[in-house]
Amino acid sequence: MRSLVQIRDLVVEATTDSGRTIEIIKGVDLDIAEGEIVALIGESGSGKTTIAMTLMGYARAGCKIVGGSVVVDGVDMVALPEKGRAALRGATIAYVPQSAAAAFNPAIRIMDQVVEVVRIHGVMPIEEARAKAVSLFRALSLPNPDSIGDRYPHQVSGGQLQRLAAAMALIASPKVLIFDEPTTALDVTTQVEVLRAFKSVISANRIAGIYVSHDLAVVAQIADRIVVLRNGEVQETGTTADILARAQHPYTQQLLAAVAPHHGSRPETSATTAEALLEVHEVSVGYGPLRSDGRPAILAVENVSLRVARGRNLGIIGESGCGKSTLARAIAGILPPFAGGVVFDGRELGRSARSRSPDQLRQVQIVFQHADTALNPAQTVEDILGRPLTFYHGMARKPRSARIDQLLDMVKLPRSLRLRRPAELSGGQKQRVNFARALAADPKLIVCDEITSALDTVVAAAIIDLLKELQRELDLAYVFISHDLSMVEAICDDIVVMYRGRKIEQITPEAMARPEHPYTQLLLSSVPKLDPAWLDNLRQDPEQVREYCQH
Amino acid sequence: MTSAVTSTPRRPRFGYRINAVGVAGALIVLFWIVVAFAAPAIIPHPIGDIVDTDYFGPMSRELWLGSDYLGRDMTSRILMGARYTLGISVAAVIIAGVSGVTLGMIAAITGGAVDMVLSRFLDALNSIPSKLFSLVVVAAVGSSIPVLIVTMAVIYIPGAYRFARALAVNINTMDFVVVARIRGESLFYLIRAEILPNIIGPVMVDLGLRFVFIVLLLSGLSFLGLGVKPPYADWGALVRENIGGLPYAAPAVIVPSLAIASLTIAVNLLIDNLPTKIRDREAS
Repeated sequence: MRSLVQIRDLVVEATTDSGRTIEIIKGVDLDIAEGEIVALIGESGSGKTTIAMTLMGYARAGCKIVGGSVVVDGVDMVALPEKGRAALRGATIAYVPQSAAAAFNPAIRIMDQVVEVVRIHGVMPIEEARAKAVSLFRALSLPNPDSIGDRYPHQVSGGQLQRLAAAMALIASPKVLIFDEPTTALDVTTQVEVLRAFKSVISANRIAGIYVSHDLAVVAQIADRIVVLRNGEVQETGTTADILARAQHPYTQQLLAAVAPHHGSRPETSATTAEALLEVHEVSVGYGPLRSDGRPAILAVENVSLRVARGRNLGIIGESGCGKSTLARAIAGILPPFAGGVVFDGRELGRSARSRSPDQLRQVQIVFQHADTALNPAQTVEDILGRPLTFYHGMARKPRSARIDQLLDMVKLPRSLRLRRPAELSGGQKQRVNFARALAADPKLIVCDEITSALDTVVAAAIIDLLKELQRELDLAYVFISHDLSMVEAICDDIVVMYRGRKIEQITPEAMARPEHPYTQLLLSSVPKLDPAWLDNLRQDPEQVREYCQH
Repeated sequence: MTSAVTSTPRRPRFGYRINAVGVAGALIVLFWIVVAFAAPAIIPHPIGDIVDTDYFGPMSRELWLGSDYLGRDMTSRILMGARYTLGISVAAVIIAGVSGVTLGMIAAITGGAVDMVLSRFLDALNSIPSKLFSLVVVAAVGSSIPVLIVTMAVIYIPGAYRFARALAVNINTMDFVVVARIRGESLFYLIRAEILPNIIGPVMVDLGLRFVFIVLLLSGLSFLGLGVKPPYADWGALVRENIGGLPYAAPAVIVPSLAIASLTIAVNLLIDNLPTKIRDREAS
């Protein structure tokens, strides 16, 4: 089979703001045969998106393709002038972005955007293009394929928009398609549908392409071959089955291990007998102006009760919009509930942070998902960690400095990072600082709100290990909120499943194989597994899917 | 991203990148600041003395910038004028900036009724045309340097407030402010440590622009004869005094105009080209 895409010795350089150039892609070779999907996998910064972009002859601002060749269907994209590249983009090679919501123009109807490529390249009459778009909508199993194109982007859901973006890429029948993490931003149940749609369209049209992802389990469903990247270099290449079963490179093995975190040994005391640290009693939280009956206009959490024992962990899972973060905010006192109460350590907590005593505030700490916005960009690591020490413990300069060193050691960060600002840290380092700040208060309970979702799998697994280790040493309890079920399974003693603001089931990780509530069954069965046949063998009750997914 | 260095790093000085236009602007601004401080010591003639036999005298070896409509030395009057123009404008911009930005941050953090009252009050102030307002105040209270400073400051407080509030509202929703808030921090700490350091860059640029507007408004007032009182004169007053020299192309009317232009343009160039910090750590 001849190669449709040949990348030889590709070198991409970036220029930093001090005028220094660094190689971000260091001589990569890659081949894609016709009808083959090659997955690029690696952590953020490994250059996977950069390589995918070079297929269109494009390098992001500040980057430049300095060497090698990228031959797509007999044309070298590197040597081609910009005008020639533009003529191929969309026609021969097309791109499905990570965030379809950001890729669509909110002011133009979906259909007009989908057929825009046809208009630009003039490959077929617009009427024919519209008909083709509708058939693509049908192939991608979108609801109301005949009329969905008349809507505006905000009138369809995230999963639908992602499929519409794929339709937009496919409209001019390109030979090569680039998928740039197209399901990363989606919930697991939505992801299953989108992956299914992609897979059927790919096999029906024999599309060749690159699938960029950091999720090995997702890639296993779609790709024929996997290329593992790190620091702009190819670490390992192999067929999907080979990589999954017989990974050679230690980094690939690390990636595989991170997908299924091992369960730590837990203390054997049962949660019900242990003394309660936090009890949430029938809490209801909402947003918006109060109505006449004293309830807010939008209810985010309704009548949720839960209980966390001293030194134990409670996981809260559910899809985006199920109210799990709102519940965390109510526990921390950021968003006062309008009904119900929170009892901590035997004492009723004030509903808002302002009505709680400094000591109560100290004992419950919250760690946010995005370390980027949770750390003040104007302060150094030292300032960030030092403030709670001064504020809660009134430490003088010397003991404070010693304690900061201790905290950095605890979260396994080098002490030399003390004087850096958050912008100069990596994502994983930022999240560790974020966590160290919570530890600085000497809390009894830490509410972790999706703290690993923004991180690469390997880094996230390391953070989970760190949490477990600190728990053993410091007798902490965690409320661990996540949509990543394997992470929750790895660290929690009890798991609460939330759906549309309500708690629908509480299970233990041991019982996760046989949940009772149909929604939990659906949620758990939607988590991709490291098995290339998983998606094909997955049988979900269509009734259930319809009931619980508002696609 | 860890990557190999492929070129020898050009070692930046101070860890900041500066550009030529910004340096030129800074030098001109610095020049006028030095002049403002040193003026009494370096002026060749007392500013009230009539030293030329002719009026609107041309540039000469004795009188570098010629003489004004009474035959006074223009060089001395310009140098002294820098004191008034710069001094009044700087004082006014500092008062406007400090009070406007502080109120803006308080409104953004506190929200609710405080925000409502402050915003509506300052909006009301903003709705009065600035030139008319200053004319009325100066006409009613009389012109003196403190009155001029306070008037200018009051005129520019609402703008500084609006700008700072808009920036602070964005910062206020960031998670790190929420963290500080549920730590139990005071309003003062939130303003000083969490909000201000994150908005200071754009706020300084905004104040730089406001400084330029104040210089122009002050010159305008002086041109109308409501500014600094004779025999002292700021640059705007110098233009007005010598407007009669325009048909003769007298340097007395051109040079103060150039002085105003050079200061305002230089300040603009400076704030548009402030040094940017280089964040590439491995290079320094």
